[in-house]
Amino acid sequence: MSKYYLNYLDELESEAIYILREVWAQFENPVILFSGGKDSILVTHLAKKAFYPSKIPFSLMHVDTGHNFPETIQFRDDLVKEFGVQLLVGSVQEAIDEGRVAEERGKNATRNVLQITTLLDAIEKNKVDCAIGGGRRDEEKARAKERFFSHRDDFGQWDPKNQRPELWNILNGKHFEGEHFRAFPISNWTEMDVWNYILRENIEVPSLYLAHDRDVVWRSDSWIPVSDHLKLEEGEKIENKKVRFRTLGDITITGGLESEADTLEKIVAEVAAMKQTERGNRTDDKRSESAMEDRKRQGYF
Amino acid sequence: MIDNNQLLRFTTAGSVDDGKSTLIGRLLYDSKAIFEDQLDAVAATSKRKGHDGVDLALFTDGLRDEREQGITIDVAYRYFTTPKRKFIIADTPGHIQYTRNMVTGASTANAALILIDARHGVIEQTKRHTFIASLLQIPHVIVCVNKMDLVDYSETVYTDIVSQFEEFSSKLDVKDVRFLPMSALDGDNVVNRSQNMKWFKGAALLHTLETIHIGSDLNKIDARFPVQTVLRPQREGFIDYRGYAGRLASGILRPGDEVTVLPSGFNSKIKTLDTEKGSLKEAYAPMSISITLENDIDVSRGDMIVKVNNQPKPLQEFDAMLCWLHNDAAKPRAKYTIVHTSNEQKAMLKNVVYKIDINSFSRIEDDTSLNMNEIARVTVKTTRPLMVDEYRENRVTGSFILIDEATHETVAAGMIV
Repeated sequence: MSKYYLNYLDELESEAIYILREVWAQFENPVILFSGGKDSILVTHLAKKAFYPSKIPFSLMHVDTGHNFPETIQFRDDLVKEFGVQLLVGSVQEAIDEGRVAEERGKNATRNVLQITTLLDAIEKNKVDCAIGGGRRDEEKARAKERFFSHRDDFGQWDPKNQRPELWNILNGKHFEGEHFRAFPISNWTEMDVWNYILRENIEVPSLYLAHDRDVVWRSDSWIPVSDHLKLEEGEKIENKKVRFRTLGDITITGGLESEADTLEKIVAEVAAMKQTERGNRTDDKRSESAMEDRKRQGYF
Repeated sequence: MIDNNQLLRFTTAGSVDDGKSTLIGRLLYDSKAIFEDQLDAVAATSKRKGHDGVDLALFTDGLRDEREQGITIDVAYRYFTTPKRKFIIADTPGHIQYTRNMVTGASTANAALILIDARHGVIEQTKRHTFIASLLQIPHVIVCVNKMDLVDYSETVYTDIVSQFEEFSSKLDVKDVRFLPMSALDGDNVVNRSQNMKWFKGAALLHTLETIHIGSDLNKIDARFPVQTVLRPQREGFIDYRGYAGRLASGILRPGDEVTVLPSGFNSKIKTLDTEKGSLKEAYAPMSISITLENDIDVSRGDMIVKVNNQPKPLQEFDAMLCWLHNDAAKPRAKYTIVHTSNEQKAMLKNVVYKIDINSFSRIEDDTSLNMNEIARVTVKTTRPLMVDEYRENRVTGSFILIDEATHETVAAGMIV
């Protein structure tokens, strides 16, 4: 009987499909939070598997900071077309224009925190009762405490000390009107698992993940891409380097690393040998020891 | 190499003092699952707190309150991979007021690590953790006698503790128990075999975790397929497609198998077992698939597809071991929502048969209150029959949760006896 076991990637896939089907069965209006990063791409692919031969029954929701890599937007639009799903966009720029949020000032100003308001607005406006995210527990210490089904109160807030216990595979998505859930089908995947699966399934990812030549400046220990949104500091100079990005966030805060990994195989090998965490080059997480927990409590991804 | 690697989930329970966090830190560190920037952060914190060297225990602190108080409050999940297996650790607190979190972590585990401080031997907490491992039917228990460096690596101390453990655990239902002496602080018998305890002939912890046989942990005999949702694509090429989507809880299914749909009792045959990659010749737990049947019969979420000649029991009243998870105590005869696989019904706690003192395993028969973190044998009555197996036989179809209808909170977890 020993052949009747799944390898770990198949087991993770099966678990994610199970969770996605539970979301569909338990909620009225679920969406996939789509950032254009590999994790949300993976979730979208898993949703395709979960409902095949039906189409993906979720819309994709993108919180657009206005500080995107152009490649991300192109990739998003192509993917939406390929899967035949609806795209919902929440715009941080609009929220700024409407005066709902104010742009951060100072040297490391970003629109990262501003996304919270836009995300919660978009969830409310579209009457979303479950937002499916690509968050993983290995990413960050506050995320290690997340449930598969994570409750948000009617202010969109997370109360990490008062979470519903989640036993076996029984998921409780019951909620009152105005409250919503976040669902994390790839909670148990690590960065390495994600890349191994992308390689195995030959899933297309934005070219930004592959090593390419790009104009960058050295800031906060990583290569920040040159864009319209980047203001050069004194002493900084633009260089052209072969880089790739390990995570994709705002173009203003996502640092690249020098790399020769221009194929999925090479990325898997490179990630396996990594000595820094994935979010180590995200300046948004470096603000304090509990930066992620604080943002998550308020409603962040 | 990576293709045949299995996933092993294990749980650790313990207090700050018995070295649990140090052990996990050691496993992560020695298996190179800790990155330089995490190490730098922990080294800086260790220094600020005035510790000698790097305090490995700090790797497992999650929430701000936990860091401030130096305790684990909630279940935290950790990951590491070796060339042989991927591991998921459910790290849970060990104090009695966190029983619910221990139960949560134990519910999906293949193995439990139980830590004993070699200086103190078997204490109340050891019994509590072992009881929970037995209650939740964790297939493998590994007893780690830790801090051997503080008892001069004494074989006598170790064998005494092993006997103490065997004596009390004989009253419990634990199937596969292994023992090993270790010093998590120094790494003795964690990843590498100890040079200080050559008298111990067994393997180091990691080797045990990498090789323990988990292929039989899931029930492969009784095919149980709870239906999560129905797939009706209604698009070209699939106009008449009607697939029942779910995850096989146990057993093996093949096309042509004679099946019964419960609770309706209609019989049919399996036509196809489908995935996005194509149809399968056989499917087994825990695969997520969709099933098509030869006949057009009514099947919906909450139904269960099983083999005609091997069926669960339809029960409307049954006994269960119940762990109460919520601050508000159980209300006798109050109604709750019961969730059992994908099926949802109304349920009532008819009776508390007895409570269990989880430190002494003795029964408390004259107290019918049921408060947070307490465990009791109860009688549950439901509005309609549930298709159940005993939890001992099947961890999926033998388990359920109760939800408070007024708050939507998960208030209890039950194991059918």
